[in-house]
Amino acid sequence: MSAIANTIFSPELAARFDKLVTIYPLKRSALVPMLLYAQDEVGYVSDAVVAEIAQRLDLLELDVRNVLSYYSMLRTKPAGKYNVQVCTNISCMLRGGFELLDHCKHTLGIGHKETTEDGLFSLEEVECIGACCWAPAAQVNYDFHDELTPAKMDAVLDTYRAREKK
Amino acid sequence: MPDVTLTVDGQKITAPAGTLLLEACKSHGIEIPAFCYYPGLSLQAACRMCVVRIEKMPKLQTACTTPVTAGMVVITDSPEIAQARKATLQLLLGNHPLDCPVCDAGGECELQDMTFKYGAADSFYTEPKNHREEQKWSPVVYFDRPRCILCYRCVRMCGEGMDIFALGIQNRGSSSVIAPNIPAQLSGVVENGVELAQLDCEQCGMCIDACPVGALTSGTYRYKTRPWEMNHVATVCTHCGDGCKTTLGVRSVSDGSQILRGDNRDKSGMNGDFLCNKGRYAFDFANNVERLTSPLVRHSDGTLKPVSWEEALTFAGTKLRDLRQQRGPNSIGVIGSNRTTNEENYLLQKFARTVIGTNNIDHHRTADFVTLATALQGTTGKFASQRDVEKAPALLLVGGDPTNQAPLTAWNIRTNVRLNKARLYVANHEEIKLRRQAKAFVQVAQFGYGAFVESLGADNDFSNAVRAEEQLIVIIGNELRGGELANLIKALPNAKFALLADYANSRGASDMGVLPDVLPGYQSLQGSTIASEYGAADAPGLDLLAMFDAAAAGNLSALYVVGSNPVKRFGIDPTALKSTFLIVQDLFLTETAALADVVFPAANLYEKSGSVTNSYGDLQLVSKAADKAGTRSDFELIVRLADHLGHDIKSLVPFGSQAKGLRADQGQTRGAESGEADRHAVWITANNLEPKLSPFDPFAILDEIQRLVPGYDKLLRLQLLSGNDQHIAPASSGLVQIENRKDLVLPSSDTLFTSGSLTRYSPMLQDVQRHQTTEVSGHLTSAD
Ligand code: SF4
Ligand code: SF4
Ligand code: SF4
Ligand code: FES
Ligand code: FES
Repeated sequence: MSAIANTIFSPELAARFDKLVTIYPLKRSALVPMLLYAQDEVGYVSDAVVAEIAQRLDLLELDVRNVLSYYSMLRTKPAGKYNVQVCTNISCMLRGGFELLDHCKHTLGIGHKETTEDGLFSLEEVECIGACCWAPAAQVNYDFHDELTPAKMDAVLDTYRAREKK
Repeated sequence: MPDVTLTVDGQKITAPAGTLLLEACKSHGIEIPAFCYYPGLSLQAACRMCVVRIEKMPKLQTACTTPVTAGMVVITDSPEIAQARKATLQLLLGNHPLDCPVCDAGGECELQDMTFKYGAADSFYTEPKNHREEQKWSPVVYFDRPRCILCYRCVRMCGEGMDIFALGIQNRGSSSVIAPNIPAQLSGVVENGVELAQLDCEQCGMCIDACPVGALTSGTYRYKTRPWEMNHVATVCTHCGDGCKTTLGVRSVSDGSQILRGDNRDKSGMNGDFLCNKGRYAFDFANNVERLTSPLVRHSDGTLKPVSWEEALTFAGTKLRDLRQQRGPNSIGVIGSNRTTNEENYLLQKFARTVIGTNNIDHHRTADFVTLATALQGTTGKFASQRDVEKAPALLLVGGDPTNQAPLTAWNIRTNVRLNKARLYVANHEEIKLRRQAKAFVQVAQFGYGAFVESLGADNDFSNAVRAEEQLIVIIGNELRGGELANLIKALPNAKFALLADYANSRGASDMGVLPDVLPGYQSLQGSTIASEYGAADAPGLDLLAMFDAAAAGNLSALYVVGSNPVKRFGIDPTALKSTFLIVQDLFLTETAALADVVFPAANLYEKSGSVTNSYGDLQLVSKAADKAGTRSDFELIVRLADHLGHDIKSLVPFGSQAKGLRADQGQTRGAESGEADRHAVWITANNLEPKLSPFDPFAILDEIQRLVPGYDKLLRLQLLSGNDQHIAPASSGLVQIENRKDLVLPSSDTLFTSGSLTRYSPMLQDVQRHQTTEVSGHLTSAD
C-alpha cells in the first residue's frame, strides 16, 4: 500500500518512493531522484507528478518547480519514446558533433527539443555526456552510442525503429 | 556569548562571538555593502558584494556569512576589494536595463548607490540586453524582470517572514527568474490581457519593501512621483489595533497635500520593517473623490445641502442647546470613534459629560477592555506590550486570528518563534494559520472558550505546558469577554495579558472613557477625582444600542456621532432616528451620515495630530501628513460645537495662561516642518516667554489626560515627540466590577483586505478583493 492514496504511479514506483522518503536525514533530499524516476515512468514531469511529489515530501509545489526548472534533463512536456541526445560539447564538436546533430535534424525532420509526429523520436542537443574518448557521441534514453558518423547514426535510429515493428 | 575582539581596518572592535562580521562592522560604523543579506532572514550569500579580505584566508570572504572570531584581522576596503565589488556590479548590470530615470526605485536604490560608489556604470557585456515586459502579479505587486539582481530577498521575506511562500526561483543561470507558483514556461505569458503568473498571497508588499532594486514595485505607487519630490511623515496606521508606524510620502496638490505612498523607512516603530497590505496601501481612501469637503445641512425639502461652516455650526449648536433645555441633557446621546485620537476621544466624552451633561456616550466596542482593566487592577507589569510579543519566551494565543485581524501581532509571533525559538501555544476554534508556528495547538469548540479556560486547570499536556511557563504572554482574541475573560486572567496568575481589538484606537476610546458607565481610566462615575472635577451625573448613561432604542421610542432628542457608522455596523433601522436631531462628523456620506440633519466633513487620522493607543496599550504620536481642503479635525469640530452651544471653551480645553500646564504644541506634531517649530519652542522657553496656545491644540488636552488618567500620567513627552512608543497600563485601583454589564462588543470581523466602513472607499482594497476572488480563485495554491 502506497503512503499516498490514489497515487498516480505504478505500485512498484509508489513503493520505491515510500522507501526513498525515509532514507535521507532530510526528507526533501529525495526530491531529485524522485523527479528522475517519475519522469522515466510517466515520460515527463507533469503537473500531477509535481503535486504528488510535493505531497510526499511535505514541500510546496513551488519548491518542486524551483528544483525541476533548474535541471535541463528534467522535462515538463512529453518527449518521444526514444529521446536522442546529441553531444556538441568540445570533443564531440571537434569530431563532427554538429554535423551529427544536423543530420539527425534532417533525417528526423525535427529540431532541438522537438518530437516526431509519430511520437517515436525526440531530439536534444546536450552538453558533454562523458564519452569524450569516443567522440562524437549520442545517447538514446539510457543507451550510449559512440564514434558516430551520419551513416552509423542512421543505423542506430533504424535499430529503434525495428524494435517498434516487432 | 562571550565577546571577542577583532581588528577591522586597523581598528579594534568587540562583538559577541557568533555575530556576523557584517553586523559587527555595522554596529561600529563600518559599512560593508550588501545586496542579498537582510537582517532577520536566512543567509544566502548570493551576491558577493560584501566581500572582505580576512587574514590567513585564501580568498575574499563574504562578510554576511562569516561569524567573527577572536583575533580576526579584516580589511573591508582596498583596491582589491573595490575591484571585486566593481566586477560583481558589472555582472549584475550585464542585463540590467539601467532605466533609473523612470524606475520607481531611482534615488532609493541600493544598486544605483553602489554603482555610483564603485564607478561600475559601464558593462563589458556587448550582447543586446534581454528585455522582458513587466508583469502584473496582483493589483499591488508588479515585477520588472530585467531589473532583478536575484538576491532572493523577496523569496525569503515571503517564505520565512510571512510564512506564505508565494515566490520562488525558476530556471538557472542567466535565465533564472523570480516567479510565483506556476510552471516555469508560463512565467511572463499573458492571456486575454492577464498575466498567467498571479500572486495568491497576503498582498503585504513586504517583498517589494525588501527588494534592493526596482524589480518589484508597488501597484499604488509606481510611476506616480520621484522619492525626492515627497515629504515623508512618520505616523500610525489607522487600520487595525496593532499600531504599526507607517511613513507616508506626501506631495502638495491643489486642495492640500496628498498621500502617494505608505512604507516603513525608519523601521523604528514596534513593527520594525513590517507593514501589512492595509498599512502600506490602504491610505487611498483619503484621496477618494467622495470625501466630504463642505458642511451639509438638511433643508426643508429633505435634501442635504452644502452650507458655510458658520451656518452649520450655528445651526447645530443652537439646536443642541435648545433640545438640552427643553428635553434635558439625558435626552441627548453621543457616539465616538475607534479611529480618532486619544485627545479627541477624551475631549468628546468630556463634551458629553460637561458640555451636554450626560453619560450617554459610547462607541463601537471591539474588545472588552473594561473587564481587562478591572481584572488586572492594582497589579503592575501585567499588561503585555506589542514589544513583548516580539521577545517573550512563551506565548499563548487564545481565540482571535492575528494573521487576518492583527497582522503585526502575527508577524511578531512568527519572528519570535523563528529567531528566538519562542514557544507558542494556540487555542482556537478554527485551524488558524499561526498553528503552523505553534508548539501545541488545541481546537476549541466555537463557543467553548469558557470550557477551555476551565481546562487550563486540568491535568493535560497542553495545560501542563502552559502552566509550567514562567514568563508567559497571553494574547486574547475578542471572542473572550466578561466572565470568561476574567476567568482566563485568574487562571494564569503569572502571565501578562493583551486583548486584541480592531482599528487604530479602540483601546484609546476605552481608556479615554468613551463609555456610558466608566470615566477615563475606567474610573468610577461616583467619587473618583475625575468625577468630582467634572461634576457630572453619577448614574450610568445609555449604551450605544440603548440610545437607538430610546430614539425609536421617541426619547432621544439629539444624537452626535463622531467618526462612526453605527447604522451600518449595528444594523439599525433608519426609521428609528426619524424624530432625533442627528449630527454626524465623518469623511464620507456613510449610511449614518446620510440620515443626519447636519454633517461635518472631518479629517482622518493621517490628517491630524495627537496620539493613539494600540490594543496592547502602546501609545504613539500621530503626526499630520496629509491635508484636505474643506475638512477639519474632529478635535476642532468638537471645540467649535461646544463654543456654539455657548460653553466656556477654557473649561473644556485648558489652553492659554490659565491652563494647568503649558506644555503645548509648538508645531512638533505638525510633521514636515517640525524641526523649525522645535527650534522656535526652544527659543521661546529660553526667553521665558509664554507659548501661544490655541483651543484646537490637542496637546492642551493631553496635559489634562496626563493629569487625570491613571497610567497616562507616566507618559514622557519627549519620548512621545521623538516618535517612540510607550506602554501604558491603566493603573487605577478601586475600580468597581460592574454587575450584569451587557456584552456590547461587536468584533469588526475585518480581514486582511477590509477595514470597516473605509473598505468601500479604498479602490486598492476593492481591487485586491476582486483579485483574490477572480484571478487567483483557487487555481494557485498558497501555503495555507
Ligand atoms: S506581497 Fe505576497 S508575495 Fe510579496 S511578500 Fe507579501 S505575501 Fe509574499
Ligand atoms: S525581485 Fe528584488 S528582492 Fe527579489 S530577487 Fe530580484 S532583486 Fe532580489
Ligand atoms: S498590522 Fe495593523 S497597524 Fe500594522 S499596517 Fe497592518 S493594519 Fe496597520
Ligand atoms: S564532449 Fe561530447 S561526450 Fe564529452
Ligand atoms: S551580502 Fe554577502 S553575499 Fe550578498
